[in-house]
Amino acid sequence: MLSLDGLIAICVLYVLGLFAVAFWAEKRAAEGRAGWLNSPLTYTLSLSIYTTAWTFYGAVGSAARSGLEFMTIYLGPVIVFVGWFWLLRKLVRIGRAQRITSIADMISSRYGKSGGLAALVTVLAVVGTTPYLALQLQSVTLSFSVFAQPGAFGQVGSDVTAIWVAGGMALFTIIFGTRSLDVNERHPGLVSAIALEAIVKLAALLAVGVFVVWGVADGPSDILDRIAESPLAEWQLNGARWVGLTMLSAAAILCLPRMFQVLVVENADERHLATAAWAFPLYLLLMSLFVLPIAVVGLQVLPGANPDLYVLTLPQAMGQEGLALLVFLGGFSSATSMVIIAALALSTMLSNHIIVPIWLRLTAGDDPMSGDMRRVALMARRLSIIGVMALGLIYYRASGGSAALASIGLIAFLGVAQVLPALIGGIFWRGATRAGAGAGIAVGFGIWAWVLLLPNAATSGLMEGMLAGGPFGIGWLRPETPLGITGADPLLLTMVLSLGSNLAMFTLVSLVTFPSPMERLQGAQFVNVFDHSAPAIGWQAGVAAADDLLVMAQRILGTGRAGRLFQEAARAQGRAARLPDPDPDFLKMLERELAGSVGAATAHAMVYQITGGTTVSVQDLLAVADETAQMMEYSSRLERQSQELTRSARQLREANQKLTQLGEQKDAFLSQISHELRTPMTSIRAFSELLKSGDLDEAARARFAGIIHAESLRLTRLLDDLLDLSVLEHGRVSLNESAASLGDVLDRAIHASGVIEAGEGLRILRDVEAERISLWTDPDRLAQVFINILSNARKYCDAEEPELRITVSRLGPHVDVDFIDNGSGIPERQRRLIFEKFTRLETARDAQGAGLGLAISREIMARLGGGLTYVAGHGGAAFRVRLPARALRAA
Amino acid sequence: MKGRVLLVEDEVNIFEAISFILSRDGWEVHGHGNGATALAEIARQAPDVLVLDVMLPGRSGLDILRDLRRDAATADLPVLMLTAKGQTKDRDLALALGANAYLTKPFSNAEMVATLRDVAGAS
Repeated sequence: MLSLDGLIAICVLYVLGLFAVAFWAEKRAAEGRAGWLNSPLTYTLSLSIYTTAWTFYGAVGSAARSGLEFMTIYLGPVIVFVGWFWLLRKLVRIGRAQRITSIADMISSRYGKSGGLAALVTVLAVVGTTPYLALQLQSVTLSFSVFAQPGAFGQVGSDVTAIWVAGGMALFTIIFGTRSLDVNERHPGLVSAIALEAIVKLAALLAVGVFVVWGVADGPSDILDRIAESPLAEWQLNGARWVGLTMLSAAAILCLPRMFQVLVVENADERHLATAAWAFPLYLLLMSLFVLPIAVVGLQVLPGANPDLYVLTLPQAMGQEGLALLVFLGGFSSATSMVIIAALALSTMLSNHIIVPIWLRLTAGDDPMSGDMRRVALMARRLSIIGVMALGLIYYRASGGSAALASIGLIAFLGVAQVLPALIGGIFWRGATRAGAGAGIAVGFGIWAWVLLLPNAATSGLMEGMLAGGPFGIGWLRPETPLGITGADPLLLTMVLSLGSNLAMFTLVSLVTFPSPMERLQGAQFVNVFDHSAPAIGWQAGVAAADDLLVMAQRILGTGRAGRLFQEAARAQGRAARLPDPDPDFLKMLERELAGSVGAATAHAMVYQITGGTTVSVQDLLAVADETAQMMEYSSRLERQSQELTRSARQLREANQKLTQLGEQKDAFLSQISHELRTPMTSIRAFSELLKSGDLDEAARARFAGIIHAESLRLTRLLDDLLDLSVLEHGRVSLNESAASLGDVLDRAIHASGVIEAGEGLRILRDVEAERISLWTDPDRLAQVFINILSNARKYCDAEEPELRITVSRLGPHVDVDFIDNGSGIPERQRRLIFEKFTRLETARDAQGAGLGLAISREIMARLGGGLTYVAGHGGAAFRVRLPARALRAA
Repeated sequence: MKGRVLLVEDEVNIFEAISFILSRDGWEVHGHGNGATALAEIARQAPDVLVLDVMLPGRSGLDILRDLRRDAATADLPVLMLTAKGQTKDRDLALALGANAYLTKPFSNAEMVATLRDVAGAS
């Protein structure tokens, strides 16, 4: 049995060995001889930090408890690497093109370089990673306790071990993770050490597997028999849980901060990913190869022991001290590599997205060029590493190391998986907005923390009360039975609830909110990263002084590197001077360089502080740059103009038609008047010439003079009518309204029209009683209308014994006076025409009228507020004079 | 007798005036007052000269003229058109349709006599 001291000595030696490898690798890289360090193999091995101590020890434990379920943890990443390779490639391309420093930076950069979103993801990452760090510390102390003599390693011993491990890892991370500020220079030392650890843990697991299969059992066939006999054979596959866990681990490989660090940030060459696409699944396969045999043999050989530690306790129980030590180092490697990278990733996020922004805000009043930013950022990062480690330790102490390893691991997976919708949505959907991403992450994170994290972490009395009965006694908010659902797998339930709500919020809020120009631009950059890998952001040149930029860059990049950067840029611009012209290209490049050190949001803010304080509006620039929007606006404006033109043209055409029509009407009217005037004048001229010649007898002379006289009267009447009509039509008529009786007006009209005196036999039938109606009207004008109707009847009624019936009826508010004769009436097609000017019925042989009578009468009745219409259906011609209510007077 | 004139005119006073003037100049004048039946009357009377008013009840004088010119029997019948509308486009239309002469009302008696002699002599 190895003593604890000896074990500690071996650990220290191992860690020193890692230091040596890391130093050597850093030195080689600095000399530009990275060689195999910068190879696809190293990259693939560094990805193995996915398999932490949880997987190293816990997979066997999981297999012993739940059979093949442990495979889901490997299956997810394999699916991503094999099936979703294009997604990884896109992530890596975006990460390199945008100089992304962390998963939080990725999300922030995509959604318009939002500082708030970056801080949110950082908090999420810290909360999601802390249990995981605790898990690693727990596994190391557990493995220590296995080697320690009973009694020599109690709770105090565990705590001391955990503190030592955490301290050592913090130191290692600080030394190799914060030597330089630029995360994009990558960390060859760190990565090399991790690659070495990946080999150690794989070798340890394979060695135990070989020992178990061929040393304890009698080869593969014996193992298969043992599996068949074991309780594992009866284990039933739970389909929903399988799918759920596979999806969860697939999400984790994309969202875990440490995975993002090695996958995207530490990626030196995009082609390395192609190798990793098959090599990493292979590594996972080898890691999982002997899990089941070890579990089965462990269950048989060590019944009652902690299955999570079979990997370690099996060789120990079989007296294989050397193998046990290798396994211990393998587990130690798994834990430390995870801790180191996680601490590095978290410290980058904490420093870039929380500490430095706060520091910048606190010192906002100061000159941005004063003070050494570099020192501040590095210190922030180092403090973050120590803080992250401390959090892990605190969580480890608080959770009491009781929970099974695997459950904490899965809970942590689900926590970081909340970033997934915003991440995937961000690189494939341009419509995704900052508000949507923030809302989705916040909601998913909240549900996850309440339902899963709190019950696992809570210890205080207050929390227990809330957890048991729900907050304020609200049952459906109880974490153990969210929404009152009981009996469901809490992990799966939480997964569906949190990711479902997350996705729904992300989509809905994205749909209802409008992305800012910066978001739209970044969205396009991310979604179409393969179309244009050069990041583009509109910086206004000229405002920024190159001097100021240099001073600021020196504070972040260091004097030497900043100087080189500026000189190279100046040379590239063809300038002899030391400083480049701060054109947009240079500013973009500088911002990208700075982003590598302080994150995109901070870098953007810092460059903006110097260049854009006064006149630069990014929104303005982007609005100009956004050609699509402009084109659309332009085309819609053109469309509007074209519509307006079409409308104007139509209006012109209509106006023209109207004018033409009016012109034609005027011509027709003039032509009519001409005809009506020339006709009597023709007779007058002809007969007056005859009279002038003088050789006529007396009878002819008298007759011709009579005709001339009659035609003169006709002319006069025509002129009177025309003037009358003109006055009526233009509304300049003055009515002489007075009291009158309808009967009296009719009497006058009949007398004036001469129908009775003429003795032509038109009988007038009247109802004198009904005519006793007092009116307030213009009696002369009303009589004029009656006269016109009466003389028309006399002229046109074609009955053998012509009759005209005059009836008076009061209908509602008005009085109708109907004139109905017993002739053949007016043909339907002419009824509309008779009220037109110069219209005469064809049957009129008497050329007395000019065809203006009814037109004038209708105008008069309109002026009197009534109407004149032809009434169909009486056999003979029937005209109705309607008098308005206001013409009636109380009798 | 100079010949037979058919005067298609609906205004009775104008008919009397023209009829008196032409009779005194030696023409045998007959009258007709309706456009709708004018063609039949022309065919029945077969006059040497036709005096045709444009504005007639029933049918326009221009329509009657068009039909006359289409019919071989009356294609060469001398026609003097009368109109009170006084617009040149009416005159142009009448001449285009084949009227031999055209008088605008009112006209002098001498004008009427001379024009009718012209129209009749031209045939």
